[in-house]
Amino acid sequence: MDTIFALSSGLLPSGIAIVRLTGPCIKSILRQFIGFIPEPRYMSLCTIRSSSAEILDKALVVYFPAPKSFTGEDCAEFHLHGGKAVVARILEELTAIPGFRLAEPGEFARRAFAEGKLDLTEAEGLADIINAETESQRRLAVMGTSGALATLYRNWRSSLIKARALIETELDFSDEEDISNFAHDRIWADIICLRDDILQHIHNGKRAEVMRDGLKIVIAGAPNSGKSSVMNRLAGRDVSIVTEEAGTTRDALEIRLIIDTLPIFVIDTAGLRDTENHIEKIGIDVAIARMKEADLIILLDDMHNPQIVDLPEISTTVWHIGNKLDLGRGDCNRWPLQFSVWTGEGWDGFIEKLTTFCHEKIVNIGDIVPARRRQITLLENGLSELNAALETDTSNPELRAEHLRYASNYLGRVTGDIDIEDLLDVIFSEFCIGK
Amino acid sequence: MNQFDVIVVGGGHAGCEAASAAARSGARTALITYQFATIGVMSCNPAIGGLGKGHLVREIDALDGLMGRAADKGGIQFRLLNRRKGPAVRGLRTQIDRKLYRESVQTLIYEQKNLFLIEDEVIDLVIESSKISGIILTKGGVIRAGSVVLTTGTFLRGLIHIGDKTWPAGRMGEKPAQKLAERLAYYQIRLGRLKTGTPPRLDGKTIDWHGLDWQKPDNEPIPFSLLTERIKEPQINCAITRTNVETHRIIRENLHCCAMYSGAIKGIGPRYCPSIEDKIVKFGDRDGHQIFLEPEGLNDDTIYPNGISTSLPENIQNMLIKSIKGLQHVKVLQPGYAIEYDFIDPRQLERSLELRAIPGLFLAGQINGTTGYEEAAAQGLVAGLNAARKAGDLSPIIIQRTQAYIGVMIDDLVSCGISEPYRMFTSRSEFRLSLRADNADERLTPLGIELGLISRKRETTFLRQSEVLQKAREFAKSISLTPNEAAVYGFKVNRDGVHRTAYDLLSYPEINSAKLIEIWPEFGQFNTKTMESLEIEAQYAVYMQRQQQDMAVLERDERLIISDDLKFDDISGLSNELKTKLLQRSPRTIAEAQKIDGMTPTALLLIITHIQRLRHLQKTTT
Repeated sequence: MDTIFALSSGLLPSGIAIVRLTGPCIKSILRQFIGFIPEPRYMSLCTIRSSSAEILDKALVVYFPAPKSFTGEDCAEFHLHGGKAVVARILEELTAIPGFRLAEPGEFARRAFAEGKLDLTEAEGLADIINAETESQRRLAVMGTSGALATLYRNWRSSLIKARALIETELDFSDEEDISNFAHDRIWADIICLRDDILQHIHNGKRAEVMRDGLKIVIAGAPNSGKSSVMNRLAGRDVSIVTEEAGTTRDALEIRLIIDTLPIFVIDTAGLRDTENHIEKIGIDVAIARMKEADLIILLDDMHNPQIVDLPEISTTVWHIGNKLDLGRGDCNRWPLQFSVWTGEGWDGFIEKLTTFCHEKIVNIGDIVPARRRQITLLENGLSELNAALETDTSNPELRAEHLRYASNYLGRVTGDIDIEDLLDVIFSEFCIGK
Repeated sequence: MNQFDVIVVGGGHAGCEAASAAARSGARTALITYQFATIGVMSCNPAIGGLGKGHLVREIDALDGLMGRAADKGGIQFRLLNRRKGPAVRGLRTQIDRKLYRESVQTLIYEQKNLFLIEDEVIDLVIESSKISGIILTKGGVIRAGSVVLTTGTFLRGLIHIGDKTWPAGRMGEKPAQKLAERLAYYQIRLGRLKTGTPPRLDGKTIDWHGLDWQKPDNEPIPFSLLTERIKEPQINCAITRTNVETHRIIRENLHCCAMYSGAIKGIGPRYCPSIEDKIVKFGDRDGHQIFLEPEGLNDDTIYPNGISTSLPENIQNMLIKSIKGLQHVKVLQPGYAIEYDFIDPRQLERSLELRAIPGLFLAGQINGTTGYEEAAAQGLVAGLNAARKAGDLSPIIIQRTQAYIGVMIDDLVSCGISEPYRMFTSRSEFRLSLRADNADERLTPLGIELGLISRKRETTFLRQSEVLQKAREFAKSISLTPNEAAVYGFKVNRDGVHRTAYDLLSYPEINSAKLIEIWPEFGQFNTKTMESLEIEAQYAVYMQRQQQDMAVLERDERLIISDDLKFDDISGLSNELKTKLLQRSPRTIAEAQKIDGMTPTALLLIITHIQRLRHLQKTTT
């Protein structure tokens, strides 16, 4: 049985984050992570180290030996500092250990039940919690795997199932005449392609994860409307070069901020205007691309020298904000929100509104780390099974087939498809079977 | 004399195994058949075993069933299929001399203690206080028994089709079981309709054998049964011919008079055993389809042309056969035909093969929607064993998916039902690497011994073999080489300083038992079979560890029983869609519920919780 773990506390970042583990290898993981087995059921302050002895966090650790634990198996809890990076790193370290994996929804409770550890009220309460958990995961899944991504995963799985069917045909119907005619090498070439696709995707996914872990706020507007100054005031330090010459910010600059515990990406963009300057044009294209993937666009105007700005067609929320309030109030309909980035007049109201907006938005993607982490883990596991299949000697097709079976289980779990695939359907549509 | 523990109805492969298993379990058993002479008859192709099926025969043999022993007696062309692929997917198959096989089965039946034969027709079941208590025979009247096993094969409302001609029959020239089907329907058992077919039989004396290809038997035939020391019958070749463009033209032009395509047949046929008409419709682009000309016996001129099952009218059959190389002047002894028959939706069965609706009534073989002798026999054994246990008030024995192909088949049938006649394949078992033909005895014979199913002779043979294997295993694990020593023998082993035991070394593709004997001559004391078994298990050792973990998870979920009276409607939080599916499928365990499409972890937990609550309530009220 695998040792499973999950982030059991809520939304990140938070004061503390609790990672709970259960399974047969708890003792060995405690030795590896903190170097000793703490006294059962007492909190100990420990230094958690990675496999390369790097310090990951100082945390409170509790060990619950079987059978007196939540699941009846050996359990442990790490009470970590609740930063996203810390938690993500620790989940990653755990995932890398053979026999360890992120828990499926409800799996802790299943184990507890199997060991006779749940009484009725507990079990029912848990069902509710898991329902909620599943619901938020479902929403995440909808977000993360809707449309193109889900289709991609399903296509991978179905091409793997097709390849498996053809390989199984060789095993189960090798005495059939029709089988000897088909191109066996082509299937393995297809599996190599599939493997490479998944590898590339995991790679992209990891980059994307860093990029996406936070709300994206794009500051846009005509040149010299004060965008970079807004950015700097938000950051409290000089991140983009602020000058009075139009067209200074040619690239999109990003800073990461925490507003009221919430992670935010603020992206400063090149001023939007028609230009002949090639480099500036590139900057504007980048700005438009950033606006398309943003959660919020702050469209800044100099109220005393307003420019017509053509926004690209987007569905993102746009706030029209008037700058240079210090020089006099502007049209309230055109600029519902007004401030002066120089004097700070009206700035607090803007921050308050921004905080509220971020809180509302981020509730939806709060626990995106484990959810996306889980998908990547499953893809990585699938990938290593595909590699194992390819590396296994061709004289043992049944062993290659075994690795492919595991690979297709992992891919199936990415999208949550637990349907029973019918290899036979594929086989009988391809070959004339039956003497 | 009209009181038995177990009555078995039908003398085919399922019936014979059921009767024998029941009698071996100590039950006083009656086997009822229309005709003694048809006991052990092979109604379709003269062959036993094959890929996946060979595993079943080995498992039947491991539980002291008849099929392996009879096939060894009647086998006239033994071939090990997939010989060049891994041992887990090899399948033993043999052509059979029908007469030798039948005689061998009949002898085993006649010699069986506790087993009595009755030649008669069953017309009704005796059901008292909603459980079975006997049967009614046309001639013999009422016979009572604690349990009854039905193995009606294709006889249940059997209907033969040739062209546009149809008539009720169980097999060619035998009457169907009409009344019994009506009675089952009366008890609101869900029935369905399946179809299968058989090719014409040819007179071998009129075949022109010159210029045909030949398929040879293995040089050293491997027997199915642990109890067979060697194969005694001479081994023969099979000729191969093929259909051609002209054959295909004849079939295509006459499709309208074929029962299958005129719409006369409603039953569903197996995709892996298509009629020649099906092959032409679906794969007409192929330039020809192989036909194996299988002799039905050493002293029998009848030829079974494997590959041209058909239900075309007789004159068309004649035409198409005569278009085939070697068959231009052939005499057709019996036309091919399609047969439709009733089966019982197997989801109505327990894993013991007892019908839920009529306690004490067990079903086995084609009546449960399977096809093939081996599938039928394997179910017969399980049904017979459990019928005997039921009659003796003992708890049922369930063979699990994790234990045997027999378990995989029964689990598939009972939990998923069928959409076409069910046949065994190795790919149906997720534990294929663990459930192998070579370890069938080790997997099942201990269980058989515990149940008292196994003869003294098999028990001693098995224990001796098992002891030798254990000795060889221990020895192989006790001796080792360092990487440097291994390099001396030319083995490519990582130079990591870790000792490799002889057992570890066997898992390397380039190291086999012959190599081990060169290094450690002590291995020479073990016989070839033992060394082969050792080699195979060492090769799969790593995979088997992983499979064992998966098995543990599955077994845990199988222990969570969903009782019959659980009302899914009462479970709050389950979607209506899932409730409907749960009602339709009525899963018996959480493992089964998990197989329903659309099932979620939360839904499973809700069901589990609900079961707990019910148990709790029961406890507090009693």
